[in-house]
Amino acid sequence: MCDTCGCNVTPGNEHLVAAGGHLAHTSSGTESVEVLKGLLDANDHQAKHNREHFERHKVLALNLMSSPGAGKTALLEATIEALGAELNIAVVEGDLETENDAERIRNKGVPAIQISTGSACHLDAHMVHSALHDLDLDGIDLVFIENVGNLVCPASFDLGQHHNVALLSTPEGHDKPAKYPVMFRAADLVLITKSDLLEVLDDFDPDIAESYLRQIANPAPLFKVSAKSGSGMDRWLEWLRHEVVSRA
Amino acid sequence: MHELAICQALIGEVLQVARAQHAASVSDIYVSVGPLSGVEGPLMQNAFPIAAAGTVANEAKLHLQATSIRVCCEECGEESEVPANRLVCEHCGHWRTRLVSGDELMLQRVVLENTGSGGQAHV
Repeated sequence: MCDTCGCNVTPGNEHLVAAGGHLAHTSSGTESVEVLKGLLDANDHQAKHNREHFERHKVLALNLMSSPGAGKTALLEATIEALGAELNIAVVEGDLETENDAERIRNKGVPAIQISTGSACHLDAHMVHSALHDLDLDGIDLVFIENVGNLVCPASFDLGQHHNVALLSTPEGHDKPAKYPVMFRAADLVLITKSDLLEVLDDFDPDIAESYLRQIANPAPLFKVSAKSGSGMDRWLEWLRHEVVSRA
Repeated sequence: MHELAICQALIGEVLQVARAQHAASVSDIYVSVGPLSGVEGPLMQNAFPIAAAGTVANEAKLHLQATSIRVCCEECGEESEVPANRLVCEHCGHWRTRLVSGDELMLQRVVLENTGSGGQAHV
């Protein structure tokens, strides 16, 4: 939605600004000014700039979001091992502290830029923009942005990615999409990670996870993957190849 | 979520409007907040005075207008009002719906005092 033509007046708020509405009149001696401005505009503007930067370099950018410990870095390690020979990959790592995850990625021979957010619990478009200054995108096909492990805040900040990939690890329980609807509504692909644990967990049913995802009106595909055993990785890798080709 | 940062962005927008209208002070700020915006109203009310301190909006009252979550069904075309984690059509039960409202986070309007210009202005 833009903030200029009025398309941001939705059926949920139009009564506030309509003639005779609660906001249409004020007491005398004052002036009421209609603004209709989104409060995340500064971030969204930067995100648009980042997206243009990726597109100029024909790079697919993916934003990985999940709880801490859902296996984002392990998934990236396994993905780099499988695709490293055919695609040029780079990673932007977001964590509150440490370079540990970036080191794990660099050990796989892939450039990784660490963003240490301090106490900030999510990445925003400005942080990603700063990181991109340190990352040469020439020759790169695919950039993973590994967001801070958090199912709340990252969902509200566009980074300039082409797709959001949400990871839901099996020990977390199958009702996460119902508990964190803002996050899972934003997902373009959901990966049920640590699927090798399904046989020992009696409280995670992938079909129920899918039904919770549908209940928030999200048609995104769900893939079961295990970075550890390699099971299900083929489908994820195929999805990546397809998306990279469609960007190039 | 990031209610203080959101309030700082809000105050930035409000001050821009106040400057453009040569206002001495801001008395009221109206923001619409959808349940799917990721922002909590009470936290925003707590953070607002911190962001407004020392500005012409120091004394302003923040009015948060909670919007309802409404979806339009792609199967039957009907609209329904729904809870945040069940965006399913209330009429036919189908899950393929489009969000019509509920994720807004928007500065709607400000009320200014002692402005340099008269009448109502749109920015």
